[in-house]
Amino acid sequence: MFAYYLRLALLSIRRNPVLSGLMMAAIAVGIGAFMTMLSVHHFMSGNPIWWKNDVLYAVGVDTWNPNETYYQSRPELPPQQLTYRDAKALQASDIPTYKAYMFNVVGVFQPENEEIAPFIERGRMTFNDFFAMFDVPFEYGGAWGEQADRRDEFVVVLSREINDKLFGGENSVGKRVVIDGREFMVTGVLKEWHPAPKFYDVTTGAFQEPEAFYLPAQLYETLQPDRSGNTNCWKPENLDSFQAFNNSECTWIQYWVQLDTREQQQRYADFLHAYLQEQASVGRSARPDQYLMATPEEWLEINEVVADDNRVLVGLSFLFLIVCLLNTVGLLLAKFLGRAGDISVRRALGASRLDIFRQQLIECGFIGLLGGIAGLGLAGVGLMVVRKMYRFEGSSMMDGEMILVAFITAVLASIAAGLWPAWQICRVPPAGYLKTQ
Amino acid sequence: MLKMQNISKVYRTDLVQTHALRDFSLEVAEGEFVAVTGPSGSGKTTFLNIAGLLEDFDGGSYLLDGEDVSNLNDNQRSKIRNAKIGFIFQGFNLIPDLNLWDNVDVPLRYRGFSAAERSKRIKEALEMVGLGSRMKHLPSQLSGGQQQRVAIARALAGTPRLIMADEPTGNLDSLMARQVMELLENINEQGTTIIMVTHDPELARRAHRNVHVMDGQVTDFTEFERAANKRERDALGG
Repeated sequence: MFAYYLRLALLSIRRNPVLSGLMMAAIAVGIGAFMTMLSVHHFMSGNPIWWKNDVLYAVGVDTWNPNETYYQSRPELPPQQLTYRDAKALQASDIPTYKAYMFNVVGVFQPENEEIAPFIERGRMTFNDFFAMFDVPFEYGGAWGEQADRRDEFVVVLSREINDKLFGGENSVGKRVVIDGREFMVTGVLKEWHPAPKFYDVTTGAFQEPEAFYLPAQLYETLQPDRSGNTNCWKPENLDSFQAFNNSECTWIQYWVQLDTREQQQRYADFLHAYLQEQASVGRSARPDQYLMATPEEWLEINEVVADDNRVLVGLSFLFLIVCLLNTVGLLLAKFLGRAGDISVRRALGASRLDIFRQQLIECGFIGLLGGIAGLGLAGVGLMVVRKMYRFEGSSMMDGEMILVAFITAVLASIAAGLWPAWQICRVPPAGYLKTQ
Repeated sequence: MLKMQNISKVYRTDLVQTHALRDFSLEVAEGEFVAVTGPSGSGKTTFLNIAGLLEDFDGGSYLLDGEDVSNLNDNQRSKIRNAKIGFIFQGFNLIPDLNLWDNVDVPLRYRGFSAAERSKRIKEALEMVGLGSRMKHLPSQLSGGQQQRVAIARALAGTPRLIMADEPTGNLDSLMARQVMELLENINEQGTTIIMVTHDPELARRAHRNVHVMDGQVTDFTEFERAANKRERDALGG
């Protein structure tokens, strides 16, 4: 009977295209608005490295101003980033399975191909553990060798986009690129990699594209590159020279570790505590109990990647969907009552109230499905606008899960809207309409 | 086939109560062709709706095919309507966006027949009313007489034991009315009980038995006969 009812639904839509179209439009607008906001929320609240959520940790140690905590609202938390000297000290620990400090730099590419003008790109200086720790996928080659983390080797990993630009997408492993006037040898080219939010560094916007190139952090002091990113300082210090800045209490480095076992995690916590005690004992401003080991999920929460405004917007768009559905209830009632004659004939010929109720609800679900498809189109437009307005970059915000949610919401919402009209029509006494047909 | 005793039906509004049927008693035997006549508002259609389980009644008892139908729920009444009763209406009541095949298919769908069984019954029913070649036509492409034949095919497809016809020729010209009447007579000859509400004395006379309804009650037939004869005399100017 389901296929039969579907056919009847299609006939009914054809018979009354204007009213049916209005209902679909109401559902489409409601679903479009709701799915736009829900997709933004889903996109922002996703954990792009969920499979490692139990073993990855963003690390923080509190060597901030002794007279003022970094976060006024959450004084128990250390600063978001590390000083250079803390980062170097933590990097010396052999407890983690993987460990890497990291920061943004900018570099000017000078392509061999003279047809391509020199261009500036954002890069990241880090360690080869970065790639293994974050399961970064490679198209060609791989990360630089461990020795490049200990002595200067001019090697680079390129993003897929930059490899496309410089080498037309060919395997460029072993080839040379010139950045800021120095030659670097390519050791690897990434596949498309757009973690959203960009969990490992949310300081300059959680929805930025990942960097175009990656260099060993070991080269930092040799290259003295232009840094890019967020720097926070609290101590009046002389920051005139490169060395003075590196020795300062300014925080500007992100730090992540992978700790696979509980025992490792406990040992690392002890290590951080001991490190802060040691720093306090040598006269630095350090709070030994204020260290942080936050999983990616906790880290995104601490940094309020999903703003409260966004949650409010999801709620408002849901209310808007309800308003659209209330309109649909009225339209459905008008449509169903307009068919009271046909329904009475069916009742006379043996359809029970339940048969009629089912028939109407399947029609509602079908209209909802069509409205849902149109709503997805509107949500696509809405998301395009949101991306432009808020400069969200990267992969699609509407994934398979959201598309499924859109369809299920549209169908269930339409069925819910149809419950009362369907109940009304199946209770119409047939005898009254059979004589007057 | 049908036994009603002291059936009453009252329509109530805030201001008035209308007794559509009062102490209405009627018995129809299996295979009978009964014509129910009476003036407008006498309760003919109310009787037909109650007999066809389309309406409840307020008092009395009703046995249909030996079964007491007084206290059945909606689902049980629908099943009996579907399996035992065929309806033919004055306004045909075909569903306009379904073709003839699909119109005849409607009661069979609710019966739960297989596709093959439905197909066989639809073909047989439409061929029986002479419309076997027009199965894919829409009702709007047919004349009134043809539409009523489709309605008869739809009523017959489920092989009901009882056919309820409410003014089946009321919207047809005399030639088409005669054809439809002949069709009903043929169906009755094959054993199907027919109860037909009509205003037309000529059609009523062709039934085995006439039942005259007045003010919601079955009255003496002779009264109806006298009235019919008077109308005929008046028409002849005598």
